[in-house]
Amino acid sequence: MTLRATFLASTTAFALALGNAAFAESHVMAGDVLAAADLQTFTSRELDEFPSIDPSLIQDVAGNDVARQLFEGLMNQDKDGNLVPGVATDFDVSDDKLTYTFHLRPEAKWSNGDTVKASDFVYAWRRAADPATASEYSWYMSLMSIENVDAVIAGEMTPDQLAVSAPDDQTFVVTLSQPLPYFPQMVVIATTFPLPEATITELGDAWTQPGNMVSNGAYVLSERVQQEKLVMERNPMYWDDANTNINKVTYLIINDENAALTRYLAGELDKTEVPTGQYPRLLEEYPTQALSVPLLCSYYYALNLSDTGPEALKDVRVRQALSMAVDRDIIVDNVLQGGQKPAYTFTHWATAGFEMPVVEAAGMSQAERNAKAVELMTEAGYGAGGEPLSLELLYNTSDAHKSVAVAISQMWKQTLGIETTLNNQEWQTFLDERGNQRFEVARAGWCGDYNEASTFTDLMTSTSGYNDSKYVNEEVDALATDARTSNNPQADYEQIEQIIAVDTPIIPIYHYAANKMLNDHIRNWPVDNVQQNYYVKDLYVAE
Amino acid sequence: MFSFIVRRLAVAIPTILILVILSFALMFAAPGGPFNSERPLPPQVLANISAKYGLDQPYWRQITNYIWNIVAHFDFGPSFKYKDRSVADIISAGFPVTLTYGFWSFLIAVIVGVSLGVVAAIRQNTWIDYFAVGISVGAQALPNFVLAPMLVLLFTLWLGWLPGGGWNGGQWQYLVMPVIALSTSYMASIARITRSSMLEVMTAGFIRTARAKGVPMPQIIWKHALKPAMLPVLSYLGPAFVLMITGSVVVDVYFSTGGIGLYFVNSAFNRDYSVMMGITILIGVLTIVFNLVVDVLYAWIDPKIRY
Amino acid sequence: MVYPDKAVMAGVAGAAMLAPKGRSLWSDAVRRYAQNKAAVVSLVVLIAVCLFAFLGDFFAAWSNEEIDWGRMGNIAADGPPSFENGHYFGLDDLGRDLFARTVQGTRISILVGLVGSGIAVIVGTLYGAVAGYFGGRVDNVMMRTVDILMAIPFMFVLILMLVMFGRSIGMLFIGIGLISWLDMSRIVRGQTLTIKNKEFVEAAIATGVRPMRIILRHIVPNLMGIVVVYATLLIPGLIITESFISFLGLGVQEPSTSLGALISKGASQMQYGVIWQLAFPLFFFVVTLFAFFFVGDGLRDALDPKDR
Repeated sequence: MTLRATFLASTTAFALALGNAAFAESHVMAGDVLAAADLQTFTSRELDEFPSIDPSLIQDVAGNDVARQLFEGLMNQDKDGNLVPGVATDFDVSDDKLTYTFHLRPEAKWSNGDTVKASDFVYAWRRAADPATASEYSWYMSLMSIENVDAVIAGEMTPDQLAVSAPDDQTFVVTLSQPLPYFPQMVVIATTFPLPEATITELGDAWTQPGNMVSNGAYVLSERVQQEKLVMERNPMYWDDANTNINKVTYLIINDENAALTRYLAGELDKTEVPTGQYPRLLEEYPTQALSVPLLCSYYYALNLSDTGPEALKDVRVRQALSMAVDRDIIVDNVLQGGQKPAYTFTHWATAGFEMPVVEAAGMSQAERNAKAVELMTEAGYGAGGEPLSLELLYNTSDAHKSVAVAISQMWKQTLGIETTLNNQEWQTFLDERGNQRFEVARAGWCGDYNEASTFTDLMTSTSGYNDSKYVNEEVDALATDARTSNNPQADYEQIEQIIAVDTPIIPIYHYAANKMLNDHIRNWPVDNVQQNYYVKDLYVAE
Repeated sequence: MFSFIVRRLAVAIPTILILVILSFALMFAAPGGPFNSERPLPPQVLANISAKYGLDQPYWRQITNYIWNIVAHFDFGPSFKYKDRSVADIISAGFPVTLTYGFWSFLIAVIVGVSLGVVAAIRQNTWIDYFAVGISVGAQALPNFVLAPMLVLLFTLWLGWLPGGGWNGGQWQYLVMPVIALSTSYMASIARITRSSMLEVMTAGFIRTARAKGVPMPQIIWKHALKPAMLPVLSYLGPAFVLMITGSVVVDVYFSTGGIGLYFVNSAFNRDYSVMMGITILIGVLTIVFNLVVDVLYAWIDPKIRY
Repeated sequence: MVYPDKAVMAGVAGAAMLAPKGRSLWSDAVRRYAQNKAAVVSLVVLIAVCLFAFLGDFFAAWSNEEIDWGRMGNIAADGPPSFENGHYFGLDDLGRDLFARTVQGTRISILVGLVGSGIAVIVGTLYGAVAGYFGGRVDNVMMRTVDILMAIPFMFVLILMLVMFGRSIGMLFIGIGLISWLDMSRIVRGQTLTIKNKEFVEAAIATGVRPMRIILRHIVPNLMGIVVVYATLLIPGLIITESFISFLGLGVQEPSTSLGALISKGASQMQYGVIWQLAFPLFFFVVTLFAFFFVGDGLRDALDPKDR
């Protein structure tokens, strides 16, 4: 994946798997022999220095990956993405589905020997929402719909009015402002991890330095060098230390993905990303190491329907033609080549409980789509014999985005005679232009906040802050509202997708897959976890 | 001369001040901000963060606060992007790294470059000359973002001799490839400067006199010609070393050395204002100091120059 | 590494000192240049590269933006250089014709060098000559301004310019030119400090010629040698600078390309069995730089009166 694509994934890519809680099992599979203790290490590549490893401030996938090893939240995930007990052994839900009571295990310890108490969670959750902490991820607390959270973030209430409490050391209670069926799945994110209040009070911002940091996960921070590496060692105080196999975890920061791959091949890394277009070759050469797993993100082009957009894009026929003329198979099979899937609808195909609706374009061959596209354009008065059309395509600097943009501009040119000007901007400028509708067509990607279709379909409502197309359709808004209380929200989601497929405010292009190289001695990797949340304590190195 | 230096140093303060204000103006004019991402933050969250970092203040207030914190407390502020680090942390960790590999690169560049240049000059228009010039131009024409991945492929993947990246406190194994990648283009420049200034010096009167007297060639070069011929090289090295700081981003990207070059480039892309300002000031100060040194050298070479 | 070649600045400043303009100076220079084999060969090579860059499109079977859909999926196997399918230099990573792209990229790179150094010549010469001639406070203010400009993060200025005025080739030219004149002004100022103490300038001052006229009629002509040489030597530096900008992803807009962009892409793909994507652009890059360097060196030697 590309730098920006990874970044995108890293800021937002987490989703919640639905499943039944089971007991943690992290045992060696039959037939595997554990490698010697000094070989029980895991070294992973990270794209960039971690912006923060303070759980309250973490807001990216890389930071979450680190926090999941250093800390343990209420719940964990198994390798299929199902919830399993973490610090909490189980939880109860009140009849009105508004109050969750988590029961904490008494044997859970901090790395300094103190017991992990419910008050540590209360402290952490309040801290995350506190305006003084100024966490970028405080919006996540508000997504969890904890009672009073928005007032606390706005500074209208004090943090201790957040509806979390600790009636005793082993009981943690949360009250929500509205029922949220996927709430338990949300407590696997770093923002919700417990924090050592005494250490933070004593040391302030310096508490995350090696030597200072007190944590309750399977590992403790031992070394950190900026832009170079982060190292952690096994935590003997961890309650399940007996079942942990890997002794040392190292994250190496390597900016260049090709350099990282070279170093992986030289044996310096156990895990790295596959550069765009290299997956087929690597799969052929290293069939046991190259992985492609679905990732809950969708890639699409937003068409500017607002007043600042071009007149042509206000014609639905032009939008449909643009979408039809994009040969998704070429994009996924010849450009990206990493197991991505062509997208004719927005919501990712692997989203839990979601069945991809059958839309007209998906059933046609590309030749039929092209013919239809030409027909639509002619009807709209553009293309051959009509008015010449030119469009500007905005994307941010990245090889993968560039490749997709170049290919699509050529498809539009050859099929529809549209002259596309490519407008490649650096990241911040790109965000500014797209967010303020200073574009005609813009690249976009969206990753699910949780594993349910509404995380995608809500983007199409007129009130969404992320609806960069400025698409307004009252029917979609009504369906989205209905889905929140409906017994069968999936029907609403499918209907929204059908409307979008016709109105075409966006052109869905493909559904993401994550490509990585993973050392084949590392076992138990959670390939079936769609958000790729891994726990090193569950991994082991086989001989 | 002394009063000249004092005057120049006195001018340095307003120069840095103007630099700070100009850089602030550029930052404010640039679109985006440090807390923008693919997912725009809710306004309330953004407001909290802006308040924490003082970005909600009027521009003039931000500038004066910034300057005051530096003057009064020598405090360059926290990084906006790397939340558990201050600008001082980042610079004090990254700058020594850049200085270390920069120093070795320049040392090797000077030794090899001067040798090549001298040999080329005294054997002017022979195959040795063409060879030396060819090597140096070739080294200059090969961008280091081509050289760096080549080195990793060769030394790490194929030969397995050196680690593919990292710093590890500057152990020699980790230094070799960054130093090679960085030194080649400087080596080439130094060789070319040395060659041309040697050629010039060798035609000077005092060298002709020495040759006429029968002083052996090695002695002429070593004792008489090299010193004056080195002056242009010296005056080249100062500014080049400052520019190396930005140029070293390529080394930092490919070898994960963690130097200041990467922070400089990334802070501009990330709009990490405080880090950018900190490094800008550092580069500004170094530029002024090195230019002063060059001007002093100029006056020393040609006493007719008056300031 | 990537900035306008500093070697040149110091080298030229150290080596070239021009005598007053004489009638036979240029013809002498041409004669001396013709005797320098490397310089003559380089000039021929340079002309050949320019012909390639500006006329190569007539020989290309594909345009620089067309994708060869049938071959794009597996470039390593289907994309090597081939005369049969018209991809003389093979395909790039997206299945576009590398010959057409190299032709167009070479053109852009040469233009960047020429235009950038043209701006440097005009702005840098006048600025440096004025600063050096007037000296004192004027010099101080002007050169401190240069210091400040040089200390401002170059990359950031470029981002800003590309943002505020849109990303276009014209902007890239201006952006590079605006940066490149700084060194030129320093060199010119340094030379002016020396020249202004010469008798002919003092004579002009004594006879009451006005300062701007002295600068334009007496100082600048005497700087022409060094300026021409520096400008020639600046071109490869600017081409390298452009390649660095491309490396950072701020270069020319796709589907247009430059040698720097092609090399940067080719270098990232070099271990994936598509070495031609690096080899052809790098060949033209190196050859172009070689040629400019030697032409510049040849000019300097030809214009250096010390050899007479």
